Amino acid sequence: MEDVTIHIKDREGTLHTVEAPTDMAMNLMEVCKAYELPVEGTCGGMAMCASCQCYVLSETELPEIQEEEEAMLSEAFYVKNNSRLGCQIPVTKELHGLKIELAPEY
Amino acid sequence: MIKTDLLIIGAGPTGLFTVFEAGLLKLKCHLIDALPQPGGQCSELYPKKPIYDIPGFPEILAGDLTKNLLEQGKQFEPGFTLGERAETIEKQDDGTFIVTTNKGTQHQAPIVAIAGGLGSFEPRKPLIDNITQYEENGVEYFIKNPEHYRGKKVVIAGGGDSALDWSIFLTDIASQVTLVHRRNEFRGALDSVEKVRELTQIGKINLITPAEVTDILGTHKVEAVVLAKGEEKQVIETDHFIPLFGLSPKLGPIANWGLEIEKNAIKVDNALDYQTNIPGIFAIGDVNTYPGKLKLILCGFHEATLMCQAAYKILNPNKKYVLKYTTVSGINGFDGTRKQAPKPVVQAIN
Repeated sequence: MEDVTIHIKDREGTLHTVEAPTDMAMNLMEVCKAYELPVEGTCGGMAMCASCQCYVLSETELPEIQEEEEAMLSEAFYVKNNSRLGCQIPVTKELHGLKIELAPEY
Repeated sequence: MIKTDLLIIGAGPTGLFTVFEAGLLKLKCHLIDALPQPGGQCSELYPKKPIYDIPGFPEILAGDLTKNLLEQGKQFEPGFTLGERAETIEKQDDGTFIVTTNKGTQHQAPIVAIAGGLGSFEPRKPLIDNITQYEENGVEYFIKNPEHYRGKKVVIAGGGDSALDWSIFLTDIASQVTLVHRRNEFRGALDSVEKVRELTQIGKINLITPAEVTDILGTHKVEAVVLAKGEEKQVIETDHFIPLFGLSPKLGPIANWGLEIEKNAIKVDNALDYQTNIPGIFAIGDVNTYPGKLKLILCGFHEATLMCQAAYKILNPNKKYVLKYTTVSGINGFDGTRKQAPKPVVQAIN
């Protein structure tokens, strides 16, 4: 299984280019934590806290937003049209080249 | 003043299991938690979610794990101060600590174990610049006493169960209830959503979606809020603005206790006993950090167990403690109960 490359802009504007495995059942929130980027992941990936909110900057095709994520984003802050919860995006080969920006901490 | 051997801050799974391990060593525990019920994240965030990595439980609901932990520690009669946040800590001349909550409840113990998870759960405040100046003056993040709103106009914001439930409840008390949500969809129990729809149709709830409160007006107290509905702005007169956007954990006052903090967590000596830089204060579970730390419930259980051994040694410097197995020695509860394995029968059959 191959790794994919993901570009993550942190809250200071620094761009981190990281490699993520596609065979470890990881999601974007966990990738950020693995690289010690400042993502809290408070609820453990259950779309219940929005601490892993990010803005999708690339045109990468992502899995559709499910009901739980939609509901959480409707209560979160700093939400934009391109907001997603990292914990709801599994790392697959389709993510190669994805560019995201971490939403402000709340 | 509440006095105990081991004062535990945080009644999540790690804190609750500490009660059991401490009890085996005859140490009495008292727990403080900002939430009104024990269980921490397990009961507040995801009681109905299954957990798969608790040793011995292929699958258990977070709410059931909380119930089991309470049951497991019951015979050691833990005390609870719930719905109060541990605010300050003071070391006394006799070496004990006094921990005072935001409501002024004082607790004294020679050992303090911080099992605070990611911190105490605080209401999520909307991003309105001047909101803090209206807190206690018409802006409330919790509804403590519904009677407070009798005959008053209220604006509730939020899209979850609490926003729905309180809107329904207050229709019989307040003179006017306005519910504002950023989206048209609500996430809540189907019954509540239906009920709000019904009350909206008969004019008892003024439902405004998709909209957001962007401003608060009033000289000393809340007199009106400004709503943005797309480009359109609307001013609604109200006595109270109640944003109900759920809770998020904050390390809070613990951050100012003089403990060494790294990455929003308390640094501990993991090679030994999970003690912090202040002797007598330990940090266990998600709240601590050390090289290789994993924030898992099962790791919290392990840390709690080792911490209790260290606490025992501090309190009984001259005693040699021998690790006991519950299979061999059973459990002697502080309530007089005793649990033990049945003794094998030695008897001739013929």
